[in-house]
Amino acid sequence: MSSVTIDKAAPTRTVKYGSMSRDRKWALRWSYFFLTLFAIFSLLPPIYMLITSLKSSAEISAATNPWWVFNPTLENYVGLLTSNQYLRFFWNSALVSIFVVTITMLISVPAAFALARMRFWGSATLATGVFLTYLIPDTLLFIPLFKVFALFGDWTGIQLINRWYVLLLIYPTLTVPFCTWIMIGYFASIPKELDEAAIIDGASWFQTLTRIFIPVALPGLIAATIFAFTVSWAQFLYPLVFTTSTDQLVLPVGIITTLIKGDVFNWGQIMTGALLGAAPPLIIYAFLMDYYIAGLTAGATKG
Amino acid sequence: MADVALRKVVKRYDDVEAVRGIDLDIADHEFIVLVGPSGCGKSTTLRMIAGLEDISDGDIMIGGDIVNDVPPKDRDIAMVFQNYALYPHMTVAENMSFGLRLKHYPKAEIKARVTEAARLLDITDLIDRKPKQLSGGQRQRVAMGRAIVRNPKVFLFDEPLSNLDAKLRVQMRIEIKKVHQKVRTTTVYVTHDQVEAMTLADRVVVMNKGRIEQIGTPNELYHKPATRFVAGFIGSPAMNFIPCRLEDVGGTLQIRLTDRIAFPLPPARAARYNALPRTEKLLLGIRPEHLTESHAHLAPGVETFDTVLDVTEPMGMETLVYFGLDGAPVCGRVDPNAGAKDGAPMRLAMDLNNMHLLNEETGVVL
Amino acid sequence: MADVALQPNRVGAAQPARKRSSLQKALKRKSTVAFLMTLPLIILIALLVIYPAFYSLHLATLNKSMQKFIGLGNFEFLFRRDTFWLVVKQSCIFAITAVIFKALIGFIVAHFVHNIPAKGQRKWRGMLLVPWVIPPAMSTLAWLWLFDPSYSAFNYTLSFFGIGPIPWTGDAAWARFSVILVNVWYGAPFFMIMYLAALKSVPDQLYEAAAIDGANWWQRIWYVTLPMMRNIIAITTLFSLIVTFANFDIVRILTAGGPLDHTHIFATWAFRIGIEGSDIPLGASVSLFMVPILAVAAIFILRDVNKRGNEA
Repeated sequence: MSSVTIDKAAPTRTVKYGSMSRDRKWALRWSYFFLTLFAIFSLLPPIYMLITSLKSSAEISAATNPWWVFNPTLENYVGLLTSNQYLRFFWNSALVSIFVVTITMLISVPAAFALARMRFWGSATLATGVFLTYLIPDTLLFIPLFKVFALFGDWTGIQLINRWYVLLLIYPTLTVPFCTWIMIGYFASIPKELDEAAIIDGASWFQTLTRIFIPVALPGLIAATIFAFTVSWAQFLYPLVFTTSTDQLVLPVGIITTLIKGDVFNWGQIMTGALLGAAPPLIIYAFLMDYYIAGLTAGATKG
Repeated sequence: MADVALRKVVKRYDDVEAVRGIDLDIADHEFIVLVGPSGCGKSTTLRMIAGLEDISDGDIMIGGDIVNDVPPKDRDIAMVFQNYALYPHMTVAENMSFGLRLKHYPKAEIKARVTEAARLLDITDLIDRKPKQLSGGQRQRVAMGRAIVRNPKVFLFDEPLSNLDAKLRVQMRIEIKKVHQKVRTTTVYVTHDQVEAMTLADRVVVMNKGRIEQIGTPNELYHKPATRFVAGFIGSPAMNFIPCRLEDVGGTLQIRLTDRIAFPLPPARAARYNALPRTEKLLLGIRPEHLTESHAHLAPGVETFDTVLDVTEPMGMETLVYFGLDGAPVCGRVDPNAGAKDGAPMRLAMDLNNMHLLNEETGVVL
Repeated sequence: MADVALQPNRVGAAQPARKRSSLQKALKRKSTVAFLMTLPLIILIALLVIYPAFYSLHLATLNKSMQKFIGLGNFEFLFRRDTFWLVVKQSCIFAITAVIFKALIGFIVAHFVHNIPAKGQRKWRGMLLVPWVIPPAMSTLAWLWLFDPSYSAFNYTLSFFGIGPIPWTGDAAWARFSVILVNVWYGAPFFMIMYLAALKSVPDQLYEAAAIDGANWWQRIWYVTLPMMRNIIAITTLFSLIVTFANFDIVRILTAGGPLDHTHIFATWAFRIGIEGSDIPLGASVSLFMVPILAVAAIFILRDVNKRGNEA
């Protein structure tokens, strides 16, 4: 802002009017300029994925301008969408994600309700403990978990390694703590008098949860569901460790391990596969962006 | 409808006693108001009657049955909250019928009760709206409707008008009184506003620091307060308390307020206070409406004195005058045309027929 | 509830609980219900998080075939390996550098988004958050392709400016740069969103007062914005440190730790040794080295979260 010294005695400089709005216009122009730069930076990889996916192998190896498609073709898409293997990956991912989301919500919501509303011995410690658990990374646990499950398979004969359903056991460790944390925040923001009115109206704890809290905290539920789905869908390390046979793989691992055969990278297909694999979270994001963001920020700002 | 009885009810939080042994009998159909400053225990008492708080000691009885361990839903009570506590995702009709639906009442009966209550409270055209589409006063009515449809034995109100603006408060006060006249359910009403207490109650219970100071009709509390607290709490502007002493002068009992001001007591008062030791430190309790401007024909028992006014507040129908007697702040109510001015001297009249004498240490009205 | 249906307003009898057994009463008590509701959560965390965490401590003390107890032998072995110290150094540099840039970029971008009129913010916010939405495994593939030694689109463009082909993943220094770049690309939007929310919560009147007091734009940032956002900045930074430190996907896909182990971080190296090398105890030992650093960060986070809770 241009600083104007105001001398009460006599103006020694003509006061420039309109300079504030001019400054604001320039500030806006710079803002848009940098925002455009950053937007380009952000969208570059996905757009490049799209461009490459429309190229035939011939065009890719011809090394023409990589930023432009000269002979767009859908052969990569067709190829993948008719490949049983790829569809299998998609199906596994979808199955795992949906199951994990269900399991997560079934565990998180009652736990969050109990922790947010019912004061019981150790509830505060448990709530903090839940948050702390979220800080224990999967990269610390994957080795011992691998061994534990291998041993479990040996003892009980129930094969856990290399089965897609083992992921149903493991993924919740990633989703449940944060989803519980999100729901605790939303539940805690419901005024206590609502509980009391419900108690006086004759509701049991369960009825209070299902008929009052869940409807009122629906945005939080949606945000938590989206979060759980996105995390499950994008998981890479755990499936890499626990599933090895092609028919057990989920998308992230499947694309990496099968589309890269030896030294030959079929980039057209890889990019198509990656783009299709990124599609579900992107679509959810496009339609439910606000819930998506609410889920992210809930942890820190409602914390 | 039922009567409510509290016997030596105590509420302890860790080491603090929020309610210290109160006894109270509320008759069937009665409208009782618990009033007192913040922290006096009135809300806690109400919540114990509701079952939202456990009772540390004592008994609470509704309709003759001890309900200490009975959960709220089985006590057959209904409550109206300060913040309305309406379920935001339900319509007005659903809000009002929630309790009945939980108990699986037949649909026809639910509808009948809801319609009747809505008619009573004049919210029939709001029946399908959600709370966020309603104004404060409308929400409060819905909250009352929710209580009415249950046809309970006791209504409990927890400072229901505190969130409304002044004008709306006056309107809703009248509504509540009308509803009580029609429905006649025993009501326990909590407020910190003594005006609400005086205007709504059959009987008022003044509470302070976890104990009951006095129970009585509004009139009794106003004209015959038992303690300094009650005397100073009820009535607005509050009663004046002026340190004074009794003295015998020439055979008559006098009350001395300052070095220059002393009044002979009217015969009835003199007889009552004659037995008091003259050395005792006393407070003269006199309401502002009994401190008026002096005029020609004064009734017996009314004494005049001169003072310099500090501040005057013209209220339109009267002027409040503030002055000090030996440092004690005093408030009087004079005719708006009596010529009261800031900083000007004025002759005032004190009606000693309506005086109270209090022991300064114990606060008891003598 | 059903038995009260046709008799409205039945009085709660003096001793209604007599008919229920004491087991039922115990079940209805609030603390029992609450405990049961949190039980699945407790079991999940105990079995699949806490137990494995401690089990890894046990594993780290075994020899490769897991038959013998060798105490701190694995750790001694690691300390003597140059690669180990390389990994330690790389992990720390990676995490700290990436987080600093993420926080900076996130902060700057959040400011720009905050500056433009509210109507347009949603659009821009939507575009800028895309890197975070795409599963990191997929987007890293895109970067891998962008960095490809023969077909890199970046090199193609740079060649027009006379800048020689850059070995994005082939040269150690460039590989480190690339890994950090991808991580920053992926993580900056998270910071942006957090900071944007925090920026919105700073009352406008503070800025107005500062403007009247004569502060210019950067003084306003220093004296108004940053202090008000201190808590959010601390929490997100610490949080991101933990997550970045434990990163696996990006390094694994982009460089697999190469070239010559020069981009290995704890997670990828543990994977290489533990899973690919089938030496579970050694792999566990490597992973465990993350714990002290994570613990320190976690303590700081907890302290900040509690502090903020008290302030609020």
